[in-house]
Amino acid sequence: MKLKHIVTTGLSAAVVLTSLYAAQVAAQDEQFFPLLVYRTGPYAPNGIPAANGAVDYFKLINERDGGINGVKITWEECEFQYNTKQGVECYERLKNKGPTGATIVFPWSTGVTYQLIPKAAVDEIPLHSMGYGQTAAADGRVFKWAFNFPTTYWSQASALIRYVGAQEEGMENLAGKKIALVHHNSAYGKEPIPTLQVLSEKFGYDLTILAVDHPGQEQKATWLQIRRLKPDWIFMWGWGVMNQVAVKEAAAINFPMDHFIGVWWSGSEADVIPAGDAAIGYKAANFHGVGAGFAVHDDIVEHVYGGDAEAARANNLGEVLYNRGMTGSMFAVEAVRTAQAKYGNKSLTGAEARWGMENLDLTEERLAEIGLEGFTRPLKVSCEDHETMGPVFIQQWDGAKWNQVSEWIEPMRDVVRPMIEEAAAAFAAENNVTPRDCSMEG
Amino acid sequence: MEILNAFFVSPFVDMAEYPVFFAEVVANGFLTGIMYSLVALGFVLIFKASETFNFAQGVMVLFAALTLVGLQERGVPTWLAIGITVGVMVLLAMAIEKVMLRPLVNQDPFILFMATIGLTFFLEGFGETLWGSNVKRLDVGIPERPLEVPLGGDFMLLNEFDLWAAGIGAVMVLGLALFFHRTTIGRALRAVADDHQAAMAVGISLRTIWVVVWSVSGVVALVAGIMWGAKSGVQFSLSLIALKALPVLILGGLTSVPGAIVGGLIIGIGEKIGEVYWGPLVGGAIENWFAYVLALIFLLFRPQGLFGERIIERV
Repeated sequence: MKLKHIVTTGLSAAVVLTSLYAAQVAAQDEQFFPLLVYRTGPYAPNGIPAANGAVDYFKLINERDGGINGVKITWEECEFQYNTKQGVECYERLKNKGPTGATIVFPWSTGVTYQLIPKAAVDEIPLHSMGYGQTAAADGRVFKWAFNFPTTYWSQASALIRYVGAQEEGMENLAGKKIALVHHNSAYGKEPIPTLQVLSEKFGYDLTILAVDHPGQEQKATWLQIRRLKPDWIFMWGWGVMNQVAVKEAAAINFPMDHFIGVWWSGSEADVIPAGDAAIGYKAANFHGVGAGFAVHDDIVEHVYGGDAEAARANNLGEVLYNRGMTGSMFAVEAVRTAQAKYGNKSLTGAEARWGMENLDLTEERLAEIGLEGFTRPLKVSCEDHETMGPVFIQQWDGAKWNQVSEWIEPMRDVVRPMIEEAAAAFAAENNVTPRDCSMEG
Repeated sequence: MEILNAFFVSPFVDMAEYPVFFAEVVANGFLTGIMYSLVALGFVLIFKASETFNFAQGVMVLFAALTLVGLQERGVPTWLAIGITVGVMVLLAMAIEKVMLRPLVNQDPFILFMATIGLTFFLEGFGETLWGSNVKRLDVGIPERPLEVPLGGDFMLLNEFDLWAAGIGAVMVLGLALFFHRTTIGRALRAVADDHQAAMAVGISLRTIWVVVWSVSGVVALVAGIMWGAKSGVQFSLSLIALKALPVLILGGLTSVPGAIVGGLIIGIGEKIGEVYWGPLVGGAIENWFAYVLALIFLLFRPQGLFGERIIERV
């Protein structure tokens, strides 16, 4: 009887103490981010560096700055193997975690983005599909909760055409040229097609569209068609193993690699290293710096890895997709900082973070302050424009590393923005969304 | 009328007008088909000996390639790395026999099939834990130059690597045929395939046969892993190559080595012709499902596959 009493009292005390501790922890200001990652599965070689970059930047902010204005960043990874269904499950599992729920969700997949756009609007959680996802989400009047800055697939497609025009010494010289698009046969891979078709009519080039089924391990038939077609330029909207095989197949038919340009998801180290020397000269678009030569990388080595540069490199520091993951986290941190200026330095809700996203004004000076001078272009998000239509540049593989080989290229806003507004209006009509009046937004 | 013309006339006119290109499509399909056969062979070997559809065959390809490239990255010379990997695959076969097959002996084949699903996920996770998930470059010294083969005043473009792969595949098949028909253990294996009970009654050790078959299947997986891994880099998606072997198996039958070869060639050539000549008419990317359609058409006429054993049951 006595023993039972002692055990009961002990357990009660433990429960009370645990509750008190939990309450104290919850009372501390923290900003929770769910991280949908794919460190396993067929796309793991792409998912690992992106996830490492995203996490390292959060760690840096906590370690170096003590959080965002004193508010610690917390996060939880959820493995979804780049599978849309699992990605949605991850979102559902994590959306209510943290003191104020999810701050911003990064879907890291166009398929997942499409699924989450209606859900996030109901849950009042902002989505940031950085340079991927549904392009029409650039129209913030219709897509209040979705953001895709700094640029989209449609903008990128127009920038690629502008680049090819420059290489051909004038846009007028595009007439009669043959351009082939080799794309992943998915929602993601099909995104640039409308833009390339519109521009084909405008500039008179012949566009051939060739789809490659998931995963893209065997593409011989596609490249036989290309060999027969003899295009002047090839664009690739690929992902995962499809990229590596395509680079090899292009080399196998003696296609000039400097006329083969990948989307920014087809331009990582993992896409070219397996092809060896065959990949030399291959190009890809990008919207952020390459390599680990920026001040922020030095800070990461110092504060996250305790000065162990080797350990940082082993965790992909400076690789293209590492930098991309880092860029996504940087945008999120700056958006929260923007929102804190209005709502105070506390744990923000998704709605408050959304305001921060929509009012984000990342200037050249601010980029320099956070160690990212020249890393990406300044941007200013607005109620109407959730994309900002940022410029892109072309990088080229030299057999050992990627090098920036072009200036920043502006997308064709006059062509792309009307298309975005048209697509957004169609979405609004289809889904009974009343576009916002941005003049009424605070 | 236009649609009928596009589907039933134009492709054939195209083939006739550009015979060298058509020959190139067929040649590339042939070479790819041999690569499919390599993967399908692993399935056939195990099914012949244990009537088990080895769901883990694809991941065995990945595991073997990961082991090989992992050793290479640690400075082991290629020839030695291949030898060690063969040893690893034999050890794996012994472990599978002891831990998975022996306790399940005389169980329904479906139970064994389920066990191979478990094996798939184990090997996947174990391989990634051991060697990491990053893409690895695999280079075993096979040249990859494009070759111009003169034909009818024009030329076909073939990849030297594909020719080597076809040659190695052919040697592999010949070796397996000799192994099955000319060696004692091969004959024992065929006896087990015909009737487990009868084979055991005449003193054939089922355990030894299983170890041998899973080992040979592991070696076949290694060869397939080298060939496919050299093309795409060694990474998780290498295991998905098993999906390309399924229509080959439907077509060639699960119990026939020649079936795996001929099936692979038909699927390889068929899907390339389908994609190049009919793919553009329907938006492309048809080769994956076209292979299954092709296999299912054959299945309508020969349910046991091209060379599979005829299913006769008394009632």
